[in-house]
Amino acid sequence: MSDPIAERWRAVRAERRAALIAFFTAGYPTPAGFLEAVRRAAAAGADVIEIGVPFSDPLADGPTIQRSTQAALEQGITPARVLALVREAALPVPVVLMTYLNPVLAYHGGAARFGADAAAAGAAGILLTDAPAGADPGVEAAIATSPLTLIRLVAPTTSDVRLADAVRGAGGFIYLISRLGVTGVRADAPPDLETQVRRVRAVTLLPIAVGFGIGTPEQARAAARCADGVVVGSALVDTLGTGGPAAVEALVRELAGAVRAGGRVA
Amino acid sequence: MTEPVAGTSPETRGRFGPYGGRYVPETLMTALEELERVYDAAKLDPAFWTEFEALQRDYVGRPTPLTETARLSAAVGGGVRVVLKREDLNHTGAHKINNTLGQVLLARRMNKRRIIAETGAGQHGVATATVCACFGLECVVYMGEEDMRRQRLNVYRMELMGARVVPVASGTRTLKDATNEALRDWVTNVTTTHYIIGSVVGPDPFPRLVRDFQSVIGREARTQMLERYGRLPRTVVACVGGGSNAMGIFTAFLGDAGVELVGVEAAGEGLETGRHAASLSCGRPGVFHGSYSYLLQDAGGQVQPAHSVSAGLDYPGVGPEHAYLKDQNRVLYEAVTDRQALDAFAALSRLEGILPALESAHAVAWVLAHAGRWDAGDVVLINLSGRGDKDVAMVAELSGAEL
Repeated sequence: MSDPIAERWRAVRAERRAALIAFFTAGYPTPAGFLEAVRRAAAAGADVIEIGVPFSDPLADGPTIQRSTQAALEQGITPARVLALVREAALPVPVVLMTYLNPVLAYHGGAARFGADAAAAGAAGILLTDAPAGADPGVEAAIATSPLTLIRLVAPTTSDVRLADAVRGAGGFIYLISRLGVTGVRADAPPDLETQVRRVRAVTLLPIAVGFGIGTPEQARAAARCADGVVVGSALVDTLGTGGPAAVEALVRELAGAVRAGGRVA
Repeated sequence: MTEPVAGTSPETRGRFGPYGGRYVPETLMTALEELERVYDAAKLDPAFWTEFEALQRDYVGRPTPLTETARLSAAVGGGVRVVLKREDLNHTGAHKINNTLGQVLLARRMNKRRIIAETGAGQHGVATATVCACFGLECVVYMGEEDMRRQRLNVYRMELMGARVVPVASGTRTLKDATNEALRDWVTNVTTTHYIIGSVVGPDPFPRLVRDFQSVIGREARTQMLERYGRLPRTVVACVGGGSNAMGIFTAFLGDAGVELVGVEAAGEGLETGRHAASLSCGRPGVFHGSYSYLLQDAGGQVQPAHSVSAGLDYPGVGPEHAYLKDQNRVLYEAVTDRQALDAFAALSRLEGILPALESAHAVAWVLAHAGRWDAGDVVLINLSGRGDKDVAMVAELSGAEL
């Protein structure tokens, strides 16, 4: 069976550029608005669409994603409805779900069933914000036996010992949290990004995507110089809230241009 | 000697049976490993406990007394002797300082000079602000806007001691959201900051280290019982929000098979109304704030808002060791309503001249509701976890009195 994430990355690498991973909160601002936004984002050059499955207590997220999550929940967005939206979106690029563990555990049939249903709906991977490597071998095994790829997050504070554990059993790509803190747009560039990327690259052959605080084309271009992929979340969610899907499309186009101009030679 | 006895705890690898664990963003994992390492070393270091005990004695005022109630006992009837463990007489007015003192000593060992905390009723915030003032550390306390309104006095107390109180306007604006915000701060400032979690909740090692620091309550009470009565209590009762005062008094009695342990949750407006905070009575296991435990959640795994008249119990989760003790049937978990707690608040005030915290009033209310459960001469030990001064304005407001 082919892995759509790996396949996408092969294509990106062949173009000697970094990938753009665009994050949206499922069902925000409305289910219809969300569907239009992700379709336009995929058409405008996003290589992977990351979809946030709303959780009531998103403790790794800043104000933008907290608000979008709240708005989605108020419209009755459940994990099952997220999967229905993924199916309806039928995106031409790989979809990675990002969520917290509890909605996955609470899914009827648990994590294994969620993995199977998500894959059937068209998702390729999953990121679990509050289930770091080794925290729950049962959940990791359930995801591993499902068709979903388990994407691992690593942070600037991740020790070398943990880093080795985190990349073992990881698939798709490594999500490198570029700075301490929660999600959200920042004015400054992540400190020591090159060093961070180099440290992860030393222990894995998987592509490395960086996220947290990257929102502008300039920041994306800078990150694309050393990383294999750039994740943009809060900036897109903000743009969707204020300017709608057309504004999202315009920003994605700029960001896609930026990761191509990053000039990284793979 | 107040060191926790090694080998008596059910936890292995940070779990109590299936409960507990470390469900946090990767960014925090190294800090939790460091905290575990530093705590495990401190636990075996007699100098750590010598300093902890000296502070408990000279700064907090421990040991706290046992008070046998005459009139409250008579109100319960049947010849039962209701005895209070007076954690309300600690410096700052609650058991919370047992934990904050222990954790501030750990922060010092980790060279972390910035302290953050979450608070519901404000008692943990006050206890944190207190030890930070005492040790000259920067202190930031996150508190829900709704709780700041309910507990204005405690907000000002924290500020007087130099802490910055940050209002939290997200979600239900109570303890749950204050904890989210404290965790967000910690993710951002983890290299310089220690997060003093206020209860036996959160990711490992917090539930066990908070329990260990609080377990002085039960060790003292057990010794005091044997000295004064020559026997153990028939029943030990404590309120349970996150559950730190309950673990504090239960732990020393867990091995005493003849001692009944009762944890009292907040039934709010009634369990049947859905407006309550009874995670153990009505929730089901899930992952929240770093650990796997009983949780008030909907069918889709979204955390449901809790409700209690007492801000300190107004929390949809509960410590993982309580979840384990519930499944083991070692502790009986029950719930009493806001109304019962307010009546108990009034009863203890009038009958004994002791204003209990609304949290602790839940434990008193459960005893008042269970007259007839005991034989004449039985001792029922209630952990009076805090004093009620902070609740006076709230109680006045609810009863329509003008202050």
